Amino acid sequence: MNLSAAWIVAQKDLKSIRRKKSILYSLIFFPLLLSLLFPGVIVFASRPGTGGIPVDYFPSLLNAFSFFFVIAAAVLPTAIASYSIVGEKVEKSLEPLLATPTTDGEILLGKSIAAFLPPLIAIFACSILYMILIDYVTYPTLGYIIFPNVSLAIILFIAIPLAEVLSIELSVIASSRATDVRAANQIGGLMFIPFMIIYIGSEIGLIVLNDTNLLIISAVIFVVDIALFYLGKATFQREEILTKWK
Amino acid sequence: MIEAENLTKKFGNLTAVDYLTLKVNAGEVFGFLGPNGAGKTTTVRMLCCLISKTSGTAKISDYTIGEESDCLKIRKLIGLVPDNVGLYDDLTAYENLDFYGKLYKLNKADRKTNIQHFLEMLGLWEKRDVMAGTFSKGMKQKLAIARALIHDPQILFMDEPTASLDPESAKTVRDFILKLKKEKKTIFLNTHNLDEAQRICDKIGILNTKLMALGSPEELERSMGNRRTVIQLEKISERILKSLENLSLGNITSEDNKLTIKLDDPYNENPAIVRAIVQAGGNVQSVSVFSSTLEETYLKLVRKRE
Repeated sequence: MNLSAAWIVAQKDLKSIRRKKSILYSLIFFPLLLSLLFPGVIVFASRPGTGGIPVDYFPSLLNAFSFFFVIAAAVLPTAIASYSIVGEKVEKSLEPLLATPTTDGEILLGKSIAAFLPPLIAIFACSILYMILIDYVTYPTLGYIIFPNVSLAIILFIAIPLAEVLSIELSVIASSRATDVRAANQIGGLMFIPFMIIYIGSEIGLIVLNDTNLLIISAVIFVVDIALFYLGKATFQREEILTKWK
Repeated sequence: MIEAENLTKKFGNLTAVDYLTLKVNAGEVFGFLGPNGAGKTTTVRMLCCLISKTSGTAKISDYTIGEESDCLKIRKLIGLVPDNVGLYDDLTAYENLDFYGKLYKLNKADRKTNIQHFLEMLGLWEKRDVMAGTFSKGMKQKLAIARALIHDPQILFMDEPTASLDPESAKTVRDFILKLKKEKKTIFLNTHNLDEAQRICDKIGILNTKLMALGSPEELERSMGNRRTVIQLEKISERILKSLENLSLGNITSEDNKLTIKLDDPYNENPAIVRAIVQAGGNVQSVSVFSSTLEETYLKLVRKRE
């Protein structure tokens, strides 16, 4: 596989994405909301007269909050992946692209990179704001700076990239059946559900989002990623795209 | 340059292309005619290594379609103008071409030179920084042609490049194809437009799943055998008709002092006919030779298959 060919495809898609203001706003809105909302929740819960949040409850609460960035990672790439794959399918621009000396794998990798990088950058940038604000609002109670820590590192550097890959792979598979970008987005949006179940499970005490469990969740996502990779690869093939994608 | 032998494509039980055998020489413009669903696009897709063949063989230059290592080489040799232009609407004309130039591994200087060359040739240089999405159909089609040529391919596949264009845009595209023909590019042209095929193509194939006919436009017209000489006389007399009967010609009909004679080889037989008429006292006003038009040939072949 020629990585430079994949990067050319990615650059082209990134250029298009930069010009789609609606996609850019949707990429930034959710992680920015998370990074402002959760510190706000802590401030609200700690206001005088409420008794505040118990100190030993903070680590699991913040891990649960941070887990929302994984949910963001699972949802956000679908907007780009749907646009760059279904969009090309709808505009019929895949055929001339497939007629170039570029392999299916290079095109798929290029499109995946273009769907992977912008959400990752948005999430990382907003997570920095999130860490600063959380440290600022929790320091008076905890007496120490809680972020960065190992849990958030696992979330940022392992769970989030894996969740993004999962989301992109599902979008590729959804693209073969979706007839417009909105439908592909909706199918990709279903990614929200399993991660939300995990979050709710942590809130009702079924699962504790500690380092070990975060690693186990990441491992499960990794296994699913591998399985979907082969399914996606089988879906994104010249002949399939030109003759079976409707 | 392009050779296919018994090339077949089936989609399940449906045969899209059935035992297609043809040869297109270097520098030739080959017109592929056929009704919708005849298998023209499928053939182009097979030859461009976009879809697999079911059976048979085909070669582009010395490379065999269907062999993975050859397919990448074939795609370097060819340019494709698909039936849907498939441009990136949110990129400018220049960016669209630059992207494809990069995929063909052209360096920056070559990309710039080629982009300018083709955009100028097609009258789009002034619009190079305009988003392709704002272009008219004709401009988009021209840009799609420039895209297919950006790496200076030896062979150009064009799938109905003038379909749905207004007459002026269609003429610009046709004129451009004629320019490419002068440059000795090998062109494989799928078209519905018989007049276009007749004017541009050196060789024509009529496809309706199976290849119904193959030859130059003139050969195809002659192949139907429906050739006739029409002679306009000042006055037809019994003596003239009798003298023609003595020549043992084919079917003769007369109407309004006009004789229509079915002939196998009118150019050889006409002098004797005219001589006989004159010797019988006839005054010949005009002699015309007619044969089947490409349209008649096409319709006859396509209907025969249906």
